[in-house]
Amino acid sequence: MPPSEPWQLLDTEGKINGRSPMSRKQILEALRLMTISRAFDELCTKLQRLGRIGLYGPVHGQEASVVGSAMALNPKSDWIVPGSREQPALLRHGWPLENMFAAYMGRLDQATIPPGVKLLLRQQSIGAQLPHAAGLAWALKLQGLPGAVMVYCGDGASSEGDFHEACNLAGVMQVPLVIVLINNGYAISTPVAKQTAGNLAARALGYGFPGIAVDGNDVLAVYAASMRAVARARDGGGPTLIECRTYRVGFHNTTDNPNEYRSPDEVAQAITKDPIDRLQRYALQTGAITERGLAKMSAGIAELLDVTRKRVEAMPRPGADSIYEHIYADPPLRMQSQRKDALGR
Amino acid sequence: MLEEAVSPDAAVTPAADEMSVLEAIRGALLEEMKRDPRVVVFGEDVARLGGVFRVTKGLSDRFPDRVIDMPLAEGAIVGAALGMAIGGLVPVPEIQFLGFTHQAFHQIGAQLGRYRARSRGRYHAQVTIRAPFGGGARTPEFHPDSIEAQFVQSPGIKVVCPAFPDDAKGMLLEAIRDPDPVLFLEPQRLYRLIKGPVPRGEYTVEFGRSRLVKSGFDLTLVAWSGSVHRCLEAADKLQQEGASVGVLDLRTLVPLDVDGLVQAVSATGKAVVVQEAPLSAGFGAEVVATLQREAFLSIDAPILRVAAPDVPYPPGGLEDHFLPSVARILAAARETLAF
Repeated sequence: MPPSEPWQLLDTEGKINGRSPMSRKQILEALRLMTISRAFDELCTKLQRLGRIGLYGPVHGQEASVVGSAMALNPKSDWIVPGSREQPALLRHGWPLENMFAAYMGRLDQATIPPGVKLLLRQQSIGAQLPHAAGLAWALKLQGLPGAVMVYCGDGASSEGDFHEACNLAGVMQVPLVIVLINNGYAISTPVAKQTAGNLAARALGYGFPGIAVDGNDVLAVYAASMRAVARARDGGGPTLIECRTYRVGFHNTTDNPNEYRSPDEVAQAITKDPIDRLQRYALQTGAITERGLAKMSAGIAELLDVTRKRVEAMPRPGADSIYEHIYADPPLRMQSQRKDALGR
Repeated sequence: MLEEAVSPDAAVTPAADEMSVLEAIRGALLEEMKRDPRVVVFGEDVARLGGVFRVTKGLSDRFPDRVIDMPLAEGAIVGAALGMAIGGLVPVPEIQFLGFTHQAFHQIGAQLGRYRARSRGRYHAQVTIRAPFGGGARTPEFHPDSIEAQFVQSPGIKVVCPAFPDDAKGMLLEAIRDPDPVLFLEPQRLYRLIKGPVPRGEYTVEFGRSRLVKSGFDLTLVAWSGSVHRCLEAADKLQQEGASVGVLDLRTLVPLDVDGLVQAVSATGKAVVVQEAPLSAGFGAEVVATLQREAFLSIDAPILRVAAPDVPYPPGGLEDHFLPSVARILAAARETLAF
C-alpha cells in the first residue's frame, strides 16, 4: 500500500531532502517551462476577457505535475496522450508555441501536431483518452518498438468508466504506460472528497501495477517518480500510476467563477505551496540561477509570447470549407453534394 | 452506381467456392492477416474459443500473437483500437453483439469517427469493428438489436452490412483496408444459413454500391442485411401471383448508393422499404426521404416501410410478432402494387 503522505523531495522553502534527480540544466529547463506556462495562462486569460480568444483553462498551480512528468520522456520515442490541462508538457514534447496559440485562436490548420511529434490530441470528453493511450502503448509492445506512453488525466477522470477499463486493460496486457493522474482537488466545482471515497494511487493495486502518490507541487519528486515509471515501462515492466497531489489555483476555465464553490482562504493556503516559487528558491539557493537570470528569463518569455501571439493573430481564420475537410479519406458522394449545395463548389 | 446480381469478379477469377457467410468472413480474415502483418484481431472470446459463433475459429492457432482475448470491456476494446491504429497496427476489434456497442458508443462516433477531422488529417483511424446483429435466432435481450441507424448519425464512421457470402468477403477486405473507421455488421441469423459462391483470390467490394439481387418491373423491395432474404422470399411468392418484384440490397448505409437506389426505384415507380429496427427514425426513413427528394416525379405510390414497432425488442419467443415477417412484407407489397 502506498503511504498516505505524498512523496516529496523539495519542500516549500526550496530545501531538498536528498539528492537532486535533475541536473542544473534540467532545473533551468523546468523553470523555463513552468514560467512559460504561467505567463501563457495570464496572457490567454487576458485575451479571453478582451474577447480575442474563446475559452481558456489555466494550468495555474499544477505546473510541477505537468512539467516534472513530461521531462522524464524522450520526445523522439515516447508518446504523450494529454487530457486538456497540460500546455507546458505539449510544448516540451514538440508542439510549437505558435501552434498552441493557433489552437486557442481558432486557426485550425496552423494548430496541427507536426509530423514526427508524438502527441495525441487534447481531449474534451473526460477520460476518453485513457483507452487510446492503453492501445497506443499496446501497439508499441506488439510491434517491439521502443518507448513509453504517458497519459494525463485528473481526479474527475478517475470516476469515468474509461479510467477503469483502460487501467484494467493496461494491467492485463502489461503495456508500457505511465498514467499521470493530476489530483488538483477539483473537477470544476466538485471537490475530490465528493469524487471518490478512496485513495487514488492505491487503485493501481487493483489493476496489478504499482501506484505512487507524490507532492504534485514538487517538480523534483514528480520527475524522479516519472523517471522510474518510464524506465519500468520501457524495460517491459508494465504500467505505473503516479498520483500528483496538487491544487488547481486557477479557475476551471474562463467561464468559471471558483468563488461560488470555494473559499479565498483555501486558495491563499494553496498559493503558499506554489510550485514555481519553490523551484526558484531552490535554484537561487543552489546558484543554478541568479535573480538577474530569473528576470532575464521572464522578460525573454514575455517577448516570445508577444511576438508569437501577433504572428498568429495575423493568420486568416478558417472558412466554411473547413467543416467539410478531413472527414474521410474518400468523402461519400452525399457529403460532397452537401458541400456543393452549401459552398457552390 | 447500380450493380446487377453478378459476381463482382466473374470475368477475372471464374473459380469460386460455395460457402456460408461465416466461412466467407473467416476466410477473408485469414487471407488479410496473411497479407498484412499489421492486422490484429481482438475481442471477447475470439482467440481460444474462436468467437461465440466460431467465426474466428482457428485464427489464433495460425497467428497466436495477433488474435487476442480481451477483458469484458467494450469501451476499452474500441478505445484501444484507436490508439493501436495510430500506433501503426490495423485493428479489427469484435464487439460480441451490436447491441453491446452501447457500452462503447462514445468511443465509436465521438472518438473514432472524429479523430481525422479533429486532427485536421494528421491522424486517422483505420479500424474495422465487426459486430453481429439481427433477429430471428431467438437470442437473449440486446443480442439481436438493430441499432445501425444510431451509427449513421455519427459522421466519420462507415456503416456496412453484407447479406451474402461473396459480399461478406469482399466488403470485409474493403473495410479492413479502408483508412477510416468501418462498422462491419454481420447477419448472425444468416451466418450458416446462407451459402453462396465466393470467388477465390483477392477482391474487394467498393462501398457505396448497392446490388439489385433480383430484377422486377412492378415494385422494388429495398432492404439490407437479414431483411434482404425475407424480401427475396416475398418476391418469389409475388411472382407466383403474377407480380414482377425486384429486390435491392443496399449493402452500405454509409456511404449510401443514392444513384443506385434512385435508379432501381425509378425503374418500377413503386417501393417498399424493409428494416428490422423499430420504425421511427430507422434507416428506412432516410431511404424514403432520399427517394422523395431525388425521384419524386418517378414515384407512383406512397413508399411504405415494413419495420418493427416502436417497442423494445421482446423475448425470443415473441420476436416473430416484432420483426418484419414475410407475411407483413407481402401485405405492404400488395397494397403498394394495387395503388
